[in-house]
Amino acid sequence: MIFLQLFWRFLQVGLFSIGGGYAAIPVIQNQIVEQCGWLSMSEFTDLITIAEMTPGPVAINSATFVGIRVAGLPGAVIATAGCILPSCILVSVLAVIYRKYRGAPAVSSVLSGLRPAVVALIASAGLSILLSAAFTEMPDSPSALFSAFRPGSAILFLIAFAILRIRKWNPVLILCLCGAAGLLTCAVTGSAEYL
Amino acid sequence: MKSFPNEKISPEKEKTDKPQKKGDLRTLFFTTLYISAFTFGGGFVIVTFMRRKFVEELGWIDEKEMLDFTALAESCPGAVAVNTAILVGWKICGPAGMIVAVLGTILPPMVIISVISLFYAAFAENIWVAAALRGMQSGVAAVILDVACDLGSGVLKEKSILSAIVLAAAFFCSFFLDVSVVWIILAAAAAGIVNLIILRRRSRHNRGKEERL
Repeated sequence: MIFLQLFWRFLQVGLFSIGGGYAAIPVIQNQIVEQCGWLSMSEFTDLITIAEMTPGPVAINSATFVGIRVAGLPGAVIATAGCILPSCILVSVLAVIYRKYRGAPAVSSVLSGLRPAVVALIASAGLSILLSAAFTEMPDSPSALFSAFRPGSAILFLIAFAILRIRKWNPVLILCLCGAAGLLTCAVTGSAEYL
Repeated sequence: MKSFPNEKISPEKEKTDKPQKKGDLRTLFFTTLYISAFTFGGGFVIVTFMRRKFVEELGWIDEKEMLDFTALAESCPGAVAVNTAILVGWKICGPAGMIVAVLGTILPPMVIISVISLFYAAFAENIWVAAALRGMQSGVAAVILDVACDLGSGVLKEKSILSAIVLAAAFFCSFFLDVSVVWIILAAAAAGIVNLIILRRRSRHNRGKEERL
């Protein structure tokens, strides 16, 4: 039952992405790409790109995108419903608890354990995306490593990363410029594969 | 039922909270719809916009409560924007308000992504689209790793050994061992609890020592 599966998978996305937008990315990668195979890694990266360029939370964008691809519009609605259901229940419950036990040590210590883990997961997802951008396929031997490498993408990444770290430009602007770089390469070389 | 959350949440703030009228649901819906449709750049941006609208323009929520809402929304699972909408909607119109605010928040991205996914299917083979997306892949990796660097240096600045260990272990398990995110999150929560128990025991122990002295 595809609808049930969509609902269940995105329920987990909603439940385990703690700390907003970027925290959802590793969970979506794990649930949708690795466990269900509903998207390939490069489709997933496209999805994250689109989600970054459009308004709205990454999790909601992904639920709609994957839901439509897997089961049409009803799929999108069901995936989104699964995605927000844990929030609706947990936030309501937590709001009541919060009024009663503001700053309870148990709550804050769970959070102090979660925060570094979420950061690690975001870093891991970012590196996976970088690898899928910089290599045509996942290399399985050192010699394949070299032939699968895309120097153009790697250089573009380094430039974008340096600008973000040092000049702190707007991420959406960076994405647009990277897209423009891709278009420019295509116009010069006549192929999308040279970057 | 509708007035229940208001009484429960802020009995002392009755002067600022006027009784809710039916029209408020409509304003609530269109306000969240508007904010969600025009806010790029993730949960924290949307929270800022909500604060401006609901605290400063409409005056439905006071400043301090909005800050509490933000903290709560950030520490709950799920999208920060949706979580904040739940809290704001609940506060303004009770359960109905919650549903309306959540719908207002999720409808714009759903519609936009639906339209785009149609284009995506049609243009995925287009060479220009492929070239642009290929360039953007590098950009997305840069944006995510930039955020990870910011957050990571924040965690390391706490100078807590536990945080550093959890950070390293979670990264190793996720990136090299492909452990499911679900297990990593649960294990990290457990580490937080164990840490609390150890700290408690230690402080009790120390207190016992002082008493003996």
